[in-house]
Order: sequence, then C-alpha cells, then structure tokens
Amino acid sequence: MRQLRYRDALREAMIEEMERDDRVFLIGEEVGHYQGAYKVSQGLLERFGERRVVDAPIAEAGFAGLAVGAAMVGLRPIVEFMTWNFSLPAFDQIVNNAAKIHQMSAGQFRIPVVFRGPNASARQVAAQHSHAVEAFYCNVPGLYVVYPSTPRDAKGLLKTAIRDDNPVLFLEGETLYGIQGDVPEVGQEELIPFGSANVVREGRHVTVVSFGRPVPMLVKLADQLEQEGISMELIDARSLRPLDTATIVASVKKTNRCVVVHEHWPYGGPGAEIVDRIQREAFDYLDAPVLRASNLDVPMPYALNLENEVIVTPERVRAAVRQVLYLD
Amino acid sequence: MSKVLDELQTMYRTMYLIRRSEEEAARAYSQGKVGGFLHLYIGQEAIAVGAEAAIEKTDYVITTYRDHGVALARGSSPRAVMAELFGKDTGLVRGLGGSMHLFDAEHRMLGGHAIVGGHLPLAAGVAFRARYMKESFVTLCFLGDGATNIGGFHEGLSLAGLWKLPVVFICENNRYSMGTPLSRTTPLADLTVKAAGYGLAADRFEGNDVIVVRDRIKLAVERARSGGGATLVEVLTYRFRGHSMSDPGKYRSAEELEEYKRKADPCALARNQLVASGIAEEQIAALEREVEAQVADSIQFADESAPAARSSIDAFAYASGSSV
Amino acid sequence: MAKIVGLPKLSPTMEEGTLTRWAKQEGDDVAVDELIAEVETDKATMEWRSFDRTVLLKILAAEGTTVAPDAPVAIFGERGEDISSLLGAQSAPAATPNAPVATPATNVAGSDAQTSAPQVPVGRIAASPSVRRLARERSLDLRGLEGSGPGGRVIQRDLERLAAEQPRAPGEPGSSAPAAAASASARPAPVVVPLSSMRRTIARRLVESKQNVPHFYLTAEVRADSLLEVRKQLNAMLETGGEKLSLNDLLIRICASALRRVPAVNASFMNDAIWQHQVVDVSVAVALPDGLVTPVVRDADKKGLLEIAREVRELASLARQKKLKPEQMSGGTFSISNLGMYGVDEFAAVINPPEGAIVAVGAVREVPVLRDGALHAESRLRLTLSCDHRVVDGAAGAQWLAAVRELIESPLQLML
Repeated sequence: MRQLRYRDALREAMIEEMERDDRVFLIGEEVGHYQGAYKVSQGLLERFGERRVVDAPIAEAGFAGLAVGAAMVGLRPIVEFMTWNFSLPAFDQIVNNAAKIHQMSAGQFRIPVVFRGPNASARQVAAQHSHAVEAFYCNVPGLYVVYPSTPRDAKGLLKTAIRDDNPVLFLEGETLYGIQGDVPEVGQEELIPFGSANVVREGRHVTVVSFGRPVPMLVKLADQLEQEGISMELIDARSLRPLDTATIVASVKKTNRCVVVHEHWPYGGPGAEIVDRIQREAFDYLDAPVLRASNLDVPMPYALNLENEVIVTPERVRAAVRQVLYLD
Repeated sequence: MSKVLDELQTMYRTMYLIRRSEEEAARAYSQGKVGGFLHLYIGQEAIAVGAEAAIEKTDYVITTYRDHGVALARGSSPRAVMAELFGKDTGLVRGLGGSMHLFDAEHRMLGGHAIVGGHLPLAAGVAFRARYMKESFVTLCFLGDGATNIGGFHEGLSLAGLWKLPVVFICENNRYSMGTPLSRTTPLADLTVKAAGYGLAADRFEGNDVIVVRDRIKLAVERARSGGGATLVEVLTYRFRGHSMSDPGKYRSAEELEEYKRKADPCALARNQLVASGIAEEQIAALEREVEAQVADSIQFADESAPAARSSIDAFAYASGSSV
Repeated sequence: MAKIVGLPKLSPTMEEGTLTRWAKQEGDDVAVDELIAEVETDKATMEWRSFDRTVLLKILAAEGTTVAPDAPVAIFGERGEDISSLLGAQSAPAATPNAPVATPATNVAGSDAQTSAPQVPVGRIAASPSVRRLARERSLDLRGLEGSGPGGRVIQRDLERLAAEQPRAPGEPGSSAPAAAASASARPAPVVVPLSSMRRTIARRLVESKQNVPHFYLTAEVRADSLLEVRKQLNAMLETGGEKLSLNDLLIRICASALRRVPAVNASFMNDAIWQHQVVDVSVAVALPDGLVTPVVRDADKKGLLEIAREVRELASLARQKKLKPEQMSGGTFSISNLGMYGVDEFAAVINPPEGAIVAVGAVREVPVLRDGALHAESRLRLTLSCDHRVVDGAAGAQWLAAVRELIESPLQLML
C-alpha cells in the first residue's frame, strides 16, 4: 500500500466523492481561495469551482444550518468547521435540526450532511480552542460520531460518512493531519463501515480502548509496556456512535482488565459509555475495575508545561494499566 | 363566478378551516386530548393563506412552532393535522412531532420548528439548492417578531443576502414575543430596517386582508424567482389567543383585544369581502357548514385513530433503519 | 444419591427461617456456591448457597414458608433420580405453608403481602467478578480467602499463582497478570490453597454430617494393661515373620466383636428406615498429608488379628499412594478413628454417614490408681463414641461401650 498523510487521505475522500456525486459540496470558512485553514481542502476550488467549494462568512450557525436545509431537499453538504470549537455557535443547528428532523418528520426528510474538522487540543491554543466535543455530541441520538486515528481510517470513514443518509460528525485532529500511514491504492475503493472498532494490537494482559488523537501515543506505549512484560491489547473504537461494543467486550473477556483512554473531559462521554458497556456485558470477566485515563478536569491552560500535564499523558495511561494489573 | 371571486372564496374557506380547527384544537386541549404546547394561529389566518396564494405547489414553506395554519394552507390533510395534535399514529408525523412539528414532504411543508430563529438558516439552505441546481422554486420562511433578535435570524439573512438566495422571510409581527410587547424587545418600530444590513429587499404591511397579503408577498416571490434575491417582509397582525394554551394573556388589556377582534379579524374581513362581492349569505353559510363537517370529521378521526405506534420510537431516529 | 435437605441454619441464633425466595427451581442445576434460596432469619435475609454441585429435584417448602432449621425443605440429587421413596418418607407437616409453624413472613400487620422488602444479602465475598466466575466454573470455594487485591479482594493472580499446578480453565489462555505483579505488602498475605477434590469431599461430607446427623457422645475410660500385654505376647510370636500388630488392629477386632454383641450400633438411618447391617465392615480413618480417607475392613468381626493387621497396612499404603478404589472406601457400617499416637487424650469424631456411629480412640496413659489401698500404675485409654441419635440411642451406645470395655480388659475373650 502507498503512504499518505492523514490530511491528504481526507482530501482524496472528498475528491472521490465529489466526483462521484454532483450533490456533494464543501462549505466552510477558508475552504476555497485560502485552500483550507489546515490545507485539507487544498486544490479543491481549482478542481470543482466556486459552485461546489463554497467559502462561507464567519457564521457557523448560518452555514451549518444552511447545510442542514440543503440536505433536507436532497443536497449532500460537507461542512468544514475550522475547528470543532467553532461548532459551538452552531450547536443548535447540529443538535436541534440535523439530529432531529428525520425523527420529527417521521422519516419524511433525511439529513445527509457531514460536519468535519479538527477536534480537541492543538498546541497551546488555550481553553476556547481546545474542546474535545465528542462528549457533547455523542449524547445526541440522531447523530453519528466518528473519530479516525489513521490516514486509512480517515479516508475510508469519510467516504462512508459522505454516502450516509444521516448527519455524521467527523472528528479529526490537528496533530493527526501530518501523520503518515498505509492507504489503499488509487482505484481500490475502501469504505469503512461505522460501528466497527479496530484491534490495532493484540495483547493478553490488558485491553486499552481509545479513539482519535491518543491512539498513536498508545501504540508507542504498547511497545514500552511490552518491554516491561505487559502485553497490551489496543483497540481503536474509530466510531463512537455507533460504538462497536462486541469487539471491545470480546477483548476484555480475553484480558480481564481494561483501561479506556480519551481526550475528552472525564465527566461522562463516550469514555464513560464504553466503561458502562463493559461492566454490563463483561462483568463476570473483570479482574479489576475498568479505569479511565483522560484529560484533567479543568479548562485547558495555555502554558506548554501545563497543557502537557492536562492532556492525557502516556504516564497516566501507564499508571492506570499498572493499577488494573495490581502492579503497584 | 369570476376567477377572482372563486379565489377569494377558496381563501376564505381555508381561513375558516384554520379558524375552526384551531378552536376545536383548543377545546380538545382543555379535554386533555392534546398535550404539550399548543400555539394557536387564530387572528393570523390571512398571512398563511395569502402567502400560499402567492406561491406554487412546487415552492417550499418552512415555519415556526405556530404551524397548524401553514400546514392547512399548504394542503395538509386536516385529519392528519388533528391526529398529530392528538398524538396518534395517523398524525402527519406519526405522533412524533405534535403541534409544533408538522412536516409534510408531499406538500413541500418543511416543518414547524421550535427553536426561535433556528430555522432561518435552514430556509437559506433550501433556497441554496435552487441556486446550486439552477431550479426555479422559491422558499417561504415564516418567523415571529421575537425571532428578529436572535442569531439565527441574522446569520440566515446574512447568507441569503450574500448569495442572493430565492427566499422570502415573512415576519408575522403579532406585536408580542410571547408576553413582551415589541417596544420592550427592540428599539425599532420598523423591523424591516434590519434587511438593509444584509442586502435584502424589504416590505411591510398590515396583514389582516388576505388579498393584500397575497399580492404583496407575490411581489417578493417574483423577485426571488427572477434572481432578485431575498426579501424580508414584515406583516403586521394580531394574535387573538395567548402565546400558547398556558398563556392567560394578562400582558394586554381586554379592550385592546376586543378592538382588534372587531376591526381586524381576518376571517370576518374576508367574509365581508365575499358578501360585498355579492356572494349570497346562504352560499357562504353552506361553505361554512362544509368546513364545520370537515373539522368535526378531523376530530372524530383523531379521536378514533390508534395511538402512536410503539415501533415508531426506534423507526425514525436514523435514516435507512441504521441504528446505534 | 438423592437426599432430603433441611433448612440450613444461617445465623448462630436462627431458630426459624422464612424462605423468601427460591433462586433455583425444580430441575435446575446447582453449582457450588450458587444461590439456592434467600432465607429471612432473625437477623437479615441470608443467602443459602450450595456446597455441592447437584440438582434441585423437589422443593418441599414453598416461598413464604417459615420452618425450623433442619426441617426438610428440598430434595437434591442427580438428574432423573427416583425420589418417590424420599417423598413418601418426607412427613408433610413441617413444610406445608399452612402448617402451624409456617407463617408467611410477609403477612404481618396488614402490610403488602406480595412484596416483602428486599433486604441486602450479607456475607459478601471480596473477589473480582472474574474470580467469581472462575470459582463457579472450577467449583472453588472462595469463602475465607484473603486476596492480594485492595481490601483483600481475591483477584485472578491469587488463583493463578496458587493453583499453578491445576489445569487452566478453558477459555482462559494466559490472561493472568504478569508475574512481576506480586505486590510488596507490609505483611505477608495468607497462602490461598484451592480446594482439592478430596478436601472438597471431606468438607462437604462432614458439613453434611454435622448439619444433618444429630450427634451425641459417650466417653468411657478403660484399663488397657491386659490388651497391651496380649499385644506384646502376640508381637513376640510374630517377631520372626517381621510382622507386628498395632494397638489399632486389636481395637478394630474388638470393636467389630462388640458390634456383633450390640448390633443396634451397627446400623444406619436411611431416611425412611433403619438398616440393621448383617455384616460388620469397619471403616478405618487413615490420615494423609492433605486429608484423610476411611478404607473399610470387611467382615472385621470374622477376621483374625493378623489378617486385619495385614489388610489395614495394605489399605493404608494404597491410600498414601492415592490408589484406593472407591469401593474400598465406601460401604462401611462403623468407623474407628485413632489419634492416640498423636498424644490426644480424647476427642469426639464426626460420624461418617450413613454409618450410625464412630469411635474415637485416645492415647494410652499410665496413671496412678489406688487399688486395694495401694498405688498402682495402670494403663488407661479413653474411647468416645459418637452416635447418630436417629438410629443409636444412649443406652445402646452405652451397652456397646461396655462390651468394648469388657473385651479390652479381658482380651482373651476374643479367642472364644
């Protein structure tokens, strides 16, 4: 397979789907002439023109709602939020309109819209620009929420998202955009279904479940733990709603111990949801309480040393792993 | 009968259908057959009906939670509307939406929306399709005067103005945003001055005469259809009932209300126009009896329909039967 | 074999219990430590958990019934067993809800009779869910174990480490924590030894015996000088052949003879009848490093002392090699247990059901005795007979002890 960066994989997915379906268009701030704040949409304007690559004013509620309205009557918009932090002015549009109209209309109107953009902390952008929004949105029935951690998943999941008839929240990571990974050759179309977790690494002693940005860090941690005699199974949930409970539960039944790692804040959210499903479906297999390693429960500080402490660290994951193994 | 008279009679019939349906809905509410919020359209009938007369069936309409009148004007079945209020499986949206969320794809009714201002960007998006696909349909978007202060209003207008979208925003100014008179929510006497800020055309008029409403909105619709962009229309009206069934309307005097009812009841006005045009009282009475029977039938239908189906709970959360 | 089980006594002061809920229904399999029923006692609602892997064949006391401890409440056994004879033997009154002692406990003070407030079961075992599941699957008894997890939680590591020689349960491929895991707690944790199947059988049978068999005890002290003298002489005769008689060999023979004389003690309570045995088969308790077994000397009353001695030695040897066949360990009609060699003066043994009695033999002691106005040294021995009062009455037990005393004190009678 060829190597591709995460951002290029996203761009390929959009290009392929826009070429496949004229109803698909991209709208957002700086997506066209500026070539994308994070260059995900680089070259798209030249390729598809202003009709389909639409620069929007800074009006998230406006263009997010416009996308939902357009989806109601058959278009298939991709909305780029410059970051997911800016989805908050559009929260009403996502939660009250995108998520609800199919149900409120008893299925008369479908909302095939994708909202995408970088999620969670970037680097030293402080409290307002460091939201990890999955905990907000996963609580809303009617939405799908996916969070790929590799270029291959980014492409395969985005293509699935664009073709889905439901509103899909597609979370990316600013620090993921530059990572490289295997992606199927051009012409080898791959659609990764929602609700399918990926066993990144097999292990015997403890299952670590995560999604999105922390996953690459956990791959490294697994190597280190291996040196220490701890065999860690790493599962990337990839899709948070729907969530692949079966794969996670099967792993926990094998290892009997689990740590859930996430970058959203610890109160509730998909991290807690995963723990809940494990305790319900693998209770008799647990040798220790399921622990979570997450961001600290404070707004994100600016200073680098503080930020490094607040974002979930490998040290916190390691400590949780050792704790469920009764090693300390 | 002339075509003009025929149209007036048709409009009056719909207005009277809305009026009587709303009155019966209020009765049903008092009997506990309708739950939740019930926002009545009584007093504002001329706007929905006049606007409908200004557009084609292929055009789209989207509105607020005060949506019964718009749905009936669009042509939604009175039975299905009443059954929805009653929370029945035969309701327009299977008992999932209730009074505030009447959607009817067949009649291009894009729903009643219950977050004030939240549906204006949707209207812009619907209109965006016409531009994107180079189609000629127009989108009407009803809103209340209270919506003109919230973000959705401004962002919706902003995009509609920016991209010259074929949408008409019809602000039904019934002078109260819930219980607060306009004078206490905005320094403006004329709400259409807001249109200028976004490059929209504007119009403003009294909305109790259905013919006036039809003709003035037609101007905005034609502008939109011909590529002239969006218009903000302020239609002055008066709601004869409280904001919702739980609103006793203490914020306005009985005298004020009676004054409006006497001078500005759109139904009475339309009826008088029919009489003045030489339509026999007998003929009008027969039409009204027909409507009475239709409303009675809708109530009976709603009463007798099966409750909302248990299966609807899961059936519509996601499209294509997909689920979490 | 199917048997009627009485209501277990679930608290020290429990005088009656109400079956608030049967967690198992007729025909259900019951695993070790699985909840059978909830019983409301004077203290709380207690869990009645199974000691055995068995099948609940018949419920004899309906939910809501209040009965005394040991009153029959259910029949357990193997699937498909015929329990008609047990049902016949089971006398109805104690268990029917309408019987005088039976008071539906929820029916008090006009309160809602249908829903007795659930009470928190007591006696939680601190073990991880995974350990509980493994315990169920492997029939391990977790009670009394102190684990190495927080608060003494028994965790997988405890099981894996201490049952290392035991075969791994299926579906558990090496999921145990890494070996480096051992925590350095300040005080050494107890060594947790999983139950061997022999230990489990001992525990089950003895609890069964103590719970179901009404024991009483008779102790007698006898003069052993004559017996010791006879033994000395006989051993002198056997010296050339390299064989020896132990005191226990002699006592086996003496007990067997006494059983012939007092057959009431050579009997079993078999639920619906007393079986008066026609043979005298003496079970001999043999201590092993990890438990004890009771091989049987058949027709001990008819065998010569040497024959008995040889047989006991052979059985004990087989026992130590764990080569005893089941039929060599079952079907005794009476047991003898001797702790004299350990210096124990006297003790009360637990009956080995369905036998009706067991005799516990203490150490031979030389004691000063005043006889004919002069102090003599005399060898004495204490025997304690444990009797199943359902089949052996006090007088019968006393008669048997008297017969034994006579034979010990005049061992030549054995020649008659």
